Amino acid sequence: MRTYRPNPIVSLVSRLVSPFIVMFALYVIFHGHYSPGGGFQGGTLIAAALILIRLSEGNEAAQLQFPRSWGTPLGSLGVLIYFGTGLATVLMGGRFLDYSVLHLSHHVSMSRSYGILMVEIGVGLAVTAILVSIFDNLLEGNPDV
Amino acid sequence: MKTANYIVLLLFTGLMVYASLGLPFRGDPNAAIHADESVAHSPGAAAYYIRNAKKDAHTDNMVTVILADYRGYDTLGEETVIMTAGLICFMLLRRRKEEKDENL
Repeated sequence: MRTYRPNPIVSLVSRLVSPFIVMFALYVIFHGHYSPGGGFQGGTLIAAALILIRLSEGNEAAQLQFPRSWGTPLGSLGVLIYFGTGLATVLMGGRFLDYSVLHLSHHVSMSRSYGILMVEIGVGLAVTAILVSIFDNLLEGNPDV
Repeated sequence: MKTANYIVLLLFTGLMVYASLGLPFRGDPNAAIHADESVAHSPGAAAYYIRNAKKDAHTDNMVTVILADYRGYDTLGEETVIMTAGLICFMLLRRRKEEKDENL
């Protein structure tokens, strides 16, 4: 069984790179309406940044950043955000996921853009939480991490 | 045995390359998938999306329109599938209390 040994070079590089990965992931999510990208891609990038810290700093330190118990609740919250957006459009008198009835902005196109952004945030949150949670569940029971 | 594996791999690669030669070129307007009417004489979806995406959804990015507007239900289902996969991993892989007591 391979045990965890802290390595200063790996630790420094991953600590340096991880915030930039998260920033690029946020760009991918928030600009996904007009450029390639969206919730799935951005969520995967955030999960990659979190798992990088988990691999380089050890599981104990990484629990301070994203505790193991958050995975399943945040994943469910992401699906609820998506479904809640659809439910809100129905309650506002439109069809399911017809974002233009939400009236988030004066322009129809901006209103749709914000509606799709809410949906993408839900997707990103769920993908991030579930990917990190799968990683944590695979590690669980291993006494050396 | 190893030689047989490589021969099978090479044959499969050859089959894939041969199949890819039959695909239409990217952006070919005469490709079957871009036709107004499909082979089964039903209206084609791709042509409709390309003509009406901007008008229907007031969004410039056609991929976003298809993902979140035309196929919003589909994306909701995909997200539910991901959550279900995570929940199943949680249920299968987590250590239960009894097991922990037995192992210790």
